[in-house]
Amino acid sequence: MLRILFFARLSEELDCREERLALPAEVSTTGELRQLLGQRGPQWHNALHSAGVLVAVEQQVADWDRPLNGDEEVAFFPPVTGG
Amino acid sequence: MTTSIRVQQADFDGQREYQALRQDCPAIGAIVTFVGLMRDFNEGDSVSSLYLEHYAGMTEKVLQDICQQARERWQLQQIRIIHRVGALEPSDQIVFVGVSSRHRGDAFGACEFIMDFLKTQAPFWKREDTAQGSRWVEARQSDDEASRRWQAPTSSTKT
Repeated sequence: MLRILFFARLSEELDCREERLALPAEVSTTGELRQLLGQRGPQWHNALHSAGVLVAVEQQVADWDRPLNGDEEVAFFPPVTGG
Repeated sequence: MTTSIRVQQADFDGQREYQALRQDCPAIGAIVTFVGLMRDFNEGDSVSSLYLEHYAGMTEKVLQDICQQARERWQLQQIRIIHRVGALEPSDQIVFVGVSSRHRGDAFGACEFIMDFLKTQAPFWKREDTAQGSRWVEARQSDDEASRRWQAPTSSTKT
């Protein structure tokens, strides 16, 4: 199972901080996962495609073509603003 | 050669951190510390309070990685980083970065480098409360530019 996390603005807009998902056969990368989640509705699509959204796999920022095998921790979040 | 990284809700005592940086190492010739505070205004609005969210686990990894990069670039003794999370009010301390080294050039450079990368890579997010309501703070282009300038080659200066 994938463990999917959402942070900050994304978790508010999606009303979801965390979910588990069995990786569907047609999804093999972070970009395809984003596409799949985006199909849940305009809110999901807009939040996940908003400017500068980042994805991290196993707590490391990754590209949108990063392969997934189905048991990773994947996080989506907006540009960071700490400090 | 110790690195201390803490992410916490509680406030911190900068003097205590400074003393920890000076301790037990006569080879240290320089200490540079930075403290970031919460401002009571942003984007033209007065801000009454701030909430800091973070990605526990990844935050510590990113900060460790930034410290490692700083050590590869400069000759450093200790690095101490504290970043607060949760609810904050104007004038509250948000972040502490302290670096000790033999020579001041390394400590100055590393402290600024760590802050610039912390601001653009460590997964923290600020939500601020204004008279108009609550809003997530937007990332600043000037912060990206500040971290990008470190990609140009620099040399470590000995003093």
